[in-house]
Amino acid sequence: MAANPQLNANGELQHLLCIEGLPREILTQILDTAEPFTGVTEREVKKVPLLRGKSVFNLFFEASTRTRTTFEIAAKRLSADVINLNIAVSSQSKGESLLDTVANLSAMQADVFVVRHASSGAPYLIARHVKPHEHVINAGDGRHAHPTQGLLDLYTIRHYKKDFTRLTVAIVGDVLHSRVARSLIHGLTTLGVPEVRVIGPQTLLPAGVESLGVRVFHDMRAGLKDCDVVVMLRLQNERMNGALLPSAQEFFKHYGLTADKLALARSDAIVMHPGPMNRGVEIDSSVADGPHSVILPQVTFGIAVRMAVMSIVAGN
Amino acid sequence: MTKLLIKGARIVDPASGRDEVGDVFIADGKISANNEKADQTVEAKGLVVAPGLIDLSARLREPGYEYKATLESEMDAAVAGGVTSLACPPDTDPPLDEPGLVDMLRRRAKALARARVYPIGALTVKLAGERLTEMAELSEAGCVAFSQANAPLADTQVLWRAMQYAATFGFPVWLRAEDRSLAHGGVAHDGEVATRLGLPGIPAFAETIALDTLLQLVRATGSRVHVCRLSSAVAVEMIRAAKKEGLPVSCDVGIHHVHLSEMDLGYYDSHCRLEPPLRSQRDRAALAAGLAEGTIDCAVSDHTPVDEDQKQKPFSEAEPGAVGLELLLPLVLKWGAQQKLPLAKTLARVTSDPARVLGVQSGRIAPGAPADLVVFDPAELWRVVPEALKSQGKNTPFLGYELAGRVRTTIVAGKVVYERR
Repeated sequence: MAANPQLNANGELQHLLCIEGLPREILTQILDTAEPFTGVTEREVKKVPLLRGKSVFNLFFEASTRTRTTFEIAAKRLSADVINLNIAVSSQSKGESLLDTVANLSAMQADVFVVRHASSGAPYLIARHVKPHEHVINAGDGRHAHPTQGLLDLYTIRHYKKDFTRLTVAIVGDVLHSRVARSLIHGLTTLGVPEVRVIGPQTLLPAGVESLGVRVFHDMRAGLKDCDVVVMLRLQNERMNGALLPSAQEFFKHYGLTADKLALARSDAIVMHPGPMNRGVEIDSSVADGPHSVILPQVTFGIAVRMAVMSIVAGN
Repeated sequence: MTKLLIKGARIVDPASGRDEVGDVFIADGKISANNEKADQTVEAKGLVVAPGLIDLSARLREPGYEYKATLESEMDAAVAGGVTSLACPPDTDPPLDEPGLVDMLRRRAKALARARVYPIGALTVKLAGERLTEMAELSEAGCVAFSQANAPLADTQVLWRAMQYAATFGFPVWLRAEDRSLAHGGVAHDGEVATRLGLPGIPAFAETIALDTLLQLVRATGSRVHVCRLSSAVAVEMIRAAKKEGLPVSCDVGIHHVHLSEMDLGYYDSHCRLEPPLRSQRDRAALAAGLAEGTIDCAVSDHTPVDEDQKQKPFSEAEPGAVGLELLLPLVLKWGAQQKLPLAKTLARVTSDPARVLGVQSGRIAPGAPADLVVFDPAELWRVVPEALKSQGKNTPFLGYELAGRVRTTIVAGKVVYERR
């Protein structure tokens, strides 16, 4: 296998493509770097000059509002110039190849490419073809990875729980199609979480998911028992009625997070969700808005974590 | 006609098991028993002379895909790889479903005077899996078997009728075993690696369920079936049992699947995007062992030239396939060495065994047999780089590898068609 394409010759972060394969030190470096940036967000002048004069290109081959916006805010708070390209509706629909699009943008002097693509692995292809001073940050590729989401989840867990090495974390729902779940699982196992559980029906768990280092539960009540952290995944509308699931109602009954199911977890458990939420499908409103929920702080931390990632790669 | 002498070679004839140093005489395009005065001598001291390779699956991309490869470029690749006969699947554009197309392909191939080309006709019109082709007409035009290539045949009723019809005339049917709905949307083996990389999977039972259907239809129809490109350990078991039962089945494996597994996908190497997908290490080991014991009859290159633009894409969007005509010999030698097989037994899987499946006289070194031969140095190392390949397609997972075994001279019908200086 080729060398890890995310690291440069000095073992520093060159691109952020996936949490898998990143050493614990780099994950910790990102989380530590994010810490002071949460303060920037709360200041009156919400800017630091770390990326002044640098250009960040948001390349979204797949539609997204939230992730693109948080990357844009993060880049602007670092004083970078941000160019948003919604490629889902431009050149690719005219038949231009992915690499041609990137080569063209590269000719416009980019420093960081933030890439979202519907095909797993697309950011790896781009990273193989950019110039040495250009950096690629994966903002979600197919089912594969969403590393900044994984990192902001880790940041949130560390913020509330401090020590990773005593935690039980449950990830609930559509793991099969979830890049968020894959990234978080790799992050948790790398940082030494002793028990990571995935909970869902067989149809929504990928083949051999145990090989990622998780325990599988099909019964949500058993799976939530004594958990410190509960991460709910979004169930896409198109998966709700078909061969994977009979209905949203039946899913909610068995795998939706309600107050009585949450009572099985530890009394100080936190509830997370990458958003956007389907209230009444994977999570009950009383839980989403309840005292255990840290869903909105996740969004705030997400900006700090993305600032940290951009400042680290562009600084290397 | 020229009389040719191959002098002082190690003669390896898998059909008879012969392996000794000696001379091979060729007259009138055939191997001759007589030591006649030769017009041309090939000095082969220290080299092996064996029957030319017979590759049961090589895409030449004509008609229709000339931007990927041409008949000329791929026939050059064939003889440079020591392949003297090849069967080409019908997935051209248009598919080989009309006698005129088959006739044209054969004429064009014959005019190039390199390897022998055996077209495989489409089993259904446009490979659409609905209507049978005029198999008898296609057979007269030169088709040696009928196949769907990688196109699915979803309707089991049509499959049953096609096998019945082919059996009526004694035409062999060559099919891949893959359940269309189970494979739908998948691009990699449904296992640990696909889970990690977030790639939609094709479970191994997509192959075995379809194989079971095929075997039951063989029992029902008596059709002679050659199962193409096995990929899973369970399928090898099923073929072993079917042969023991006495069913008229044979099968092959792509040489890539003998050497590579899902682990080789690495960081989304689109050169490893193959049909069927590379499966687990355990499957790979079972395929290599099944080929050694003869449950799997032949190894094929499944040569598929793909232009670089179609490979420089995210893994699931990249076009499947790898080139193999020029890698078949070294990769078979590598497999034979790993299995600790004698050279004659190693080469049988790409010479005498495919000759038996095809029903042709070549694939052996015996008086009267067609003089289709390859002279090669089994120990010569060479590096797989794009410039070393004659094929227009440079798409191979083995780029950068150093392989042992290189062709010096290739002879078809008693004529030297390739010589490496």
